[in-house]
Amino acid sequence: MSHGTRPAAGPPRPYIFPVSNREQLANGLTVYVVPLRRLPVATALLMSDAGAECDALALAGVGSLTVDVQPEGTTQHDGATLADAFEQLGGSLDTAVTWAHSEVSTTVTTARFGAAVHLLAEVVREPSFPESEVTRLREERMAELLQQRAEPRGLADDMFAHVCFAAESRYASPEGGEERTVAAITRDALVRHHGRYVVPARSALIVAGDVEVGAMLQLAEDALGSWRGDSAAPPEIAVAPRHQARMVHIVAKPDSPQSELRVGHLSVARRHADFHALSVMNAILGGLFNSRINLNLRETHAYTYGAFSHFEWRRLASSFETSTAVRSDVTGAAVREILGEIDRIRNDMVSPAELSLAVDYLTGVFPIRFETTAAIADALASREGYDLPGDYFDRYRERVAAVTAADVLRVAQLHLAPERLQVVAVGDPAIVRTDLEALQIGPVQLYDATGERMS
Amino acid sequence: MQLPIDSFELPNGLRVTLSEDHTAPIVAVNLWYHVGSANEPLDRTGFAHLFEHMLFQGSEHVAANEHFELVQRAGGTLNGSTWLERTNYYETVPSNQLALALWLEADRMARLVPAMTQEKLDTQRDVVKNERRWSVDNQPYGSWWEKLPALCFPHDHPFHHSLMGSMEHLSDATLEDVAAFFRMYYTPDNAVLSIVGDVGAEETRRLVDEHFGAIPRGNGRPPLADMAVTPTFGEWRREVVADDVMVPRLFLAMRSPILGSDEYYPASVAGAILGMGRGSRLHRQLVREQQLASSVMAFTFDLAKGSDLLILDATARPDVSGEALEAGVADVLDAMRHDGVTDDEVARAIALIATELITSLQSAQARADKLSQFATYFGDPSLVNRQVEAFERVTAPAVNRFAREFLGPDNRASLLYVPREAPDEVDDAAGGNVPGTTTHGEETR
Repeated sequence: MSHGTRPAAGPPRPYIFPVSNREQLANGLTVYVVPLRRLPVATALLMSDAGAECDALALAGVGSLTVDVQPEGTTQHDGATLADAFEQLGGSLDTAVTWAHSEVSTTVTTARFGAAVHLLAEVVREPSFPESEVTRLREERMAELLQQRAEPRGLADDMFAHVCFAAESRYASPEGGEERTVAAITRDALVRHHGRYVVPARSALIVAGDVEVGAMLQLAEDALGSWRGDSAAPPEIAVAPRHQARMVHIVAKPDSPQSELRVGHLSVARRHADFHALSVMNAILGGLFNSRINLNLRETHAYTYGAFSHFEWRRLASSFETSTAVRSDVTGAAVREILGEIDRIRNDMVSPAELSLAVDYLTGVFPIRFETTAAIADALASREGYDLPGDYFDRYRERVAAVTAADVLRVAQLHLAPERLQVVAVGDPAIVRTDLEALQIGPVQLYDATGERMS
Repeated sequence: MQLPIDSFELPNGLRVTLSEDHTAPIVAVNLWYHVGSANEPLDRTGFAHLFEHMLFQGSEHVAANEHFELVQRAGGTLNGSTWLERTNYYETVPSNQLALALWLEADRMARLVPAMTQEKLDTQRDVVKNERRWSVDNQPYGSWWEKLPALCFPHDHPFHHSLMGSMEHLSDATLEDVAAFFRMYYTPDNAVLSIVGDVGAEETRRLVDEHFGAIPRGNGRPPLADMAVTPTFGEWRREVVADDVMVPRLFLAMRSPILGSDEYYPASVAGAILGMGRGSRLHRQLVREQQLASSVMAFTFDLAKGSDLLILDATARPDVSGEALEAGVADVLDAMRHDGVTDDEVARAIALIATELITSLQSAQARADKLSQFATYFGDPSLVNRQVEAFERVTAPAVNRFAREFLGPDNRASLLYVPREAPDEVDDAAGGNVPGTTTHGEETR
């Protein structure tokens, strides 16, 4: 064979998403066990429907702070002893919050797994929320927010959410809250949040790795079977856009060599029927390296190191967002190209080559997403948190493969709304303001690094 | 936990390692070229990294950006990265696409130059300049990974200069430079190929031979400039940078034994005792107890030549000065050196390191990269199977020996970022320095 001939693929080998065994304990706790015959490790992930969406508006960030303080002391051990206990097992105790859930998790070798699950259970069932640790971690979160004033990427992300969602929506603030709301969080608020939402009926233990179903169910019963607690209903979340019309928002960062740009608007909920078609549409528009937006801004114009779009999913809504950092003097030109690409995908059907690239990528890459026990545990946590069907992963590839160019056009026209786009630019107003005004895409408002309007 | 390993070498010098794993229908292809920023001429800083970008612009039988498209169309992920002493290129694809991945890597190893144009070079130069702006110039503390190697290695040392490169040098790069660099370093005898996953040995050998066998061996490379440095700095050198940051942040580097040496393992264990996890000394004392820092960690660069660096990275709480932060970190180092470590601390560190090693090997591409690393630096990919036991053999006395030799004030390089408005506060302990200026020791080599 000459070296000029591109080799053909062999026959594809089948991949089946790992089978998970689902049980419910008498106290309402759901238990998923995913046995995997690979390396001698396993991940335990204990999640609760106690994520950022459960925060009261005035206390945005309470769910995040709650899960962060849980490992800092229980009724049986202080924080230092707990950390040591986990780390002697070779695992670190990881905490996380998403919109849909909060979780504690760890990954350890098989021999130490039982002990690790018992420690996780302790952190979830009986945290003591020591006042000194509440104060320390709240101040650490405040310090993070303070540091963000000089960090343009985080500033752009947070400002984007702020201008997409109405002030009365929990989605307008970050998952971890903002300075004003975090400052107001007390120990009592953490105790209340934990008591209401970190309860068996709102929780799931997910175990993935070198384990057996029977032994894991027994372990779950031993560690969590006697756990009690009554659920409460979380606050309602308002979903509305902050601005009905297109607008430009500049966050002043003098002397910036680049502008961090976010362009997008409020969009549909995670469980929307168009999810798979939107995934394909987004891959073509700005999800792949060879997407329209990236090729345009990076390879054709060399405005940037990378430009992408994505849907930031949440349970009740999402935001559609194009994201890039461009040289300051081409900020206006880059925004114009982004708007042009959004128009283009709404006006004409994508080509067969573009469609097949997106579909073949999303279906082909599927097994590569799930190589590790942690990735599988996260996938199940996401399915559980968004209340997706039990066969969601089993059917993912066939649903993507069924998306047509006509579907892509339909969802682009229905769900991309150029007239509502919000443009956020964190950059040097001396360079970018005139350029952005000259685009005449909407009123231009200037802000300082804390989000306060400036004239 | 042992990976199966099958290695062989082609007549043209390409070293190949195969590790079969039929758990999932995927295969990781990973190629290390033994060239990095260390090999750049000093008036072409950033060139190795710019060159890495050019590798994705096509080759004789592959159009511009088609490399990315073909791999993603096949359902694969891919990337490359440049480091001080090596450049790697890798893709993970469904296992029935192994031939495509090998064909793509072989075409650019053998036939890159016909596809190189001035326009592609100009575009990638601009892309790299944007990358520099994004990761260095427009990020708080972004310059640390330029300034720290510059502080830690002598001026003409191959590890001293910026891997990202200066804007001026990037502008100077020419198409002739690209061709010359390619012919010098991108040859099969300067490369290691690792393949991990759902593929059979016989078929893989056949494909490797088919695609790479006819590529001619290189004509040799110039030796690197002398990499030797003294095992310790011989002093405490400091640089203070007033920058657009909200709080002070300290990077404190110590010279440490190179990757692969016997002493590397106790050094890594010492690093984990110091700064890995909430139970580490730095976290317990500076974050939890004294509340000087909001975060702290320790890591090594894993350099295999000259000297490695053990680096502590501590971010101050808003009300804490850079001076207080640095003093707090130094106290922890002094105490560890003076009092030694306990068996429990060593056991904890080994448990953490071993679990991380095993967990990371779940990914086929991570395995392939480890195989390439050991093949490139030590000529023996099977060393990957001996790492856990090497860590498990580390004892408290060995860690204490390392601490006595390397954790003292005669082996520190502090890079301290402070907010612009704050007065310069760093107390001079090394003798004769004006606060706010850069000091470098003079090395005899």
